[in-house]
Amino acid sequence: MPRIGLFIPCYIDQFYPDVGLATLEVLERYGCEVEFPEAQTCCGQPMANTGCVDAAVPLAERMIEIFAPYEYVVAPSGSCVAMVREHYSDMLPLSNALQEFQAKTFELCEFLTDVLKIEHVEGQFPYKVGLHQSCHGLRELRLARSSETVGEEFNKARQLLEQMKGITFADLNRKDECCGFGGTFAVQEEAVSCMMGLDRLADHYESGTEVLTAGDMSCLMHLDGLNRRQPKPVAVMHIAQILAGRQPEGSVRVNATEGGIA
Amino acid sequence: MAGHATLAKDFVANDERAHWHDKALWFVRHKRDNISHSLPEWETLRETASQVKLHTITHLAKYLEEFEANAKKLGVHVHWASNAAEHNEIVLRILQQHNVKRVVKSKSMLTEECHLNPHLEAAGMEVVDTDLGERIVQLQKEAPSHIVLPAIHIKKEEVGEVFHQFLDTEKGASDPGYLTEAARQHLRENFLAADAGITGVNFGIAATGGFVVCTNEGNADLGTALPNLHIACMGIEKLIPAPEHLSLFTRLLARSATGQPITTYTSHFHGPKPGGEMHIVLVDNGRSNILGSDEFRSSLSCIRCGACMNTCPVYRRSGGHSYQSTVPGPIGSILGPASDPAKHSSLPFACSLCGSCTDVCPVKIDLHHQLLTWRREIYVRGLLPLSKTFPMKVMSKVFQHPGLYAFGGGIARKALRVMPRWMIYNPLNSWGRKRELPEAPKESFRDLYKKRKRP
Repeated sequence: MPRIGLFIPCYIDQFYPDVGLATLEVLERYGCEVEFPEAQTCCGQPMANTGCVDAAVPLAERMIEIFAPYEYVVAPSGSCVAMVREHYSDMLPLSNALQEFQAKTFELCEFLTDVLKIEHVEGQFPYKVGLHQSCHGLRELRLARSSETVGEEFNKARQLLEQMKGITFADLNRKDECCGFGGTFAVQEEAVSCMMGLDRLADHYESGTEVLTAGDMSCLMHLDGLNRRQPKPVAVMHIAQILAGRQPEGSVRVNATEGGIA
Repeated sequence: MAGHATLAKDFVANDERAHWHDKALWFVRHKRDNISHSLPEWETLRETASQVKLHTITHLAKYLEEFEANAKKLGVHVHWASNAAEHNEIVLRILQQHNVKRVVKSKSMLTEECHLNPHLEAAGMEVVDTDLGERIVQLQKEAPSHIVLPAIHIKKEEVGEVFHQFLDTEKGASDPGYLTEAARQHLRENFLAADAGITGVNFGIAATGGFVVCTNEGNADLGTALPNLHIACMGIEKLIPAPEHLSLFTRLLARSATGQPITTYTSHFHGPKPGGEMHIVLVDNGRSNILGSDEFRSSLSCIRCGACMNTCPVYRRSGGHSYQSTVPGPIGSILGPASDPAKHSSLPFACSLCGSCTDVCPVKIDLHHQLLTWRREIYVRGLLPLSKTFPMKVMSKVFQHPGLYAFGGGIARKALRVMPRWMIYNPLNSWGRKRELPEAPKESFRDLYKKRKRP
């Protein structure tokens, strides 16, 4: 029974607790012994991506220490895992502890497909799913074949979802364009960020997406933020929630003009 | 100077135009996808090209000397310019020695980078850019907004207006065929009247001293076949070792740039034509500084295909001019700060770090990683405003204390639940201008986890 340290990104901890619970449930369902070390906070990605490496380093060092006792580290986020695996080496000196941490840290879907080698996913999800390919999972962790590169097609998230009864997939016009979240980019380049997000949503709406999902809640936080101000918002769920057997609740439309803002 | 975000906001404000621009470039990206996916060896080509370029730039001195010696054997005059000013002076001097009054120039981003045209014009010469797109922006007194498609930001109706004003075409005409024919006639007069032709260089071949210029319009050919004087301006990174490496790059270049199997004209120059004179100006202008940096060296492998621009979701929605840099888009956001970090400090942040640029790049430059590295450089050099660094330092402190983080998170969520909407969605909240904030739950995951463990 693999012993897993559950790595829950800070914004999921604070705003999307059910995504954390769903991840925990999925891993336990497949026989893992899962523990959430409560000393964890943030992996340091916002600081590192702003260039403030000295503010990110102590957080990276904490992560290595906190997760040292575990055999594997699993997170419901391609972006935070990419930070650990691909970018910690840019700011920390090479050490055995760092390399071990990087080698044992996995995004949820790839952990299920590559480590646990899950071939059957129980449950039904009779909806048309729009699968958003979060960029860091796609182009840093290579969780799927990116549309730019040439080679055999694969998609670890879809491979899992396809096992569920009744599920269908929306055929998108642009299958893996960025949603425009990009961390602090979302506020620093607010205009472009929102245009990117609205364009992604339009693609999903036109393709008949009923439930919008992704491996990263940060992309979904941005997309749902926009979605909830549209006339007919679609339901938004993290992939862990679907795999855990949750059913869509639907996103509630907000009429922003009624709230006193322009 | 206004940063990228400000200019991008202006571009996005015209929603119809921003979407038109996005779709025009996505169409090119799509063509590139189709043609690259038709070659099973695509990834091998990219990897090989990347290795050849890295080999060449890490042995650059050797290949430059070899290129110079072989070019001289072909009867070419070779000049060396350490910066833009030297380049401009060398070109001006050659032209003045030949009493040149009228120059035709095919596309060369290097001469844009060096601002050659104004330098020659100040000396009383007339310079006509002969690439159709470049001619359009030249008549509009603008800079190119894209390195391969210089006038991609201009609609055909607007081209019609410019041509009506300068080339006497019918008012209101916007038929591309009609306008192109008018440009063709206009340019032909200039080709025939020119005393000298200037070209850029796509590939210099060290082993032969020859060089290759790729165009779709044949303008480099006509511009060098008619006048007796040909000056080729070439960045020192444009070298490849030998002719056998060339096909690798010509195959990748056109496919990546426009989705064509090859450029319409791939012209090989090996010495002056009979009775003519040929000069090559080799320009450094900051390139050897980049060569000296481990992080950014591979940006010199760039073959200027523009694929990173076509795929960049930010470039497509903000336009080339929002970068205020000779080369815009992802590669320009690396080269710009390399030449002037303070002036271009906003460019590495004009990026969602999606990595699409890295995946389309035919020579596998790790563009988005270099953009991230530039962010760090900008911070280290003290060029990042306090408004960006201070929140990061505070957040870092909070995150180093789990108790403080959990407590602060609880307060923040509570505030979001009880504060009136107008207070949360205040004018300073740029997240909330078009987006809802997530609904703040009463309990965090860690709260629920504790309960779950102790039922």
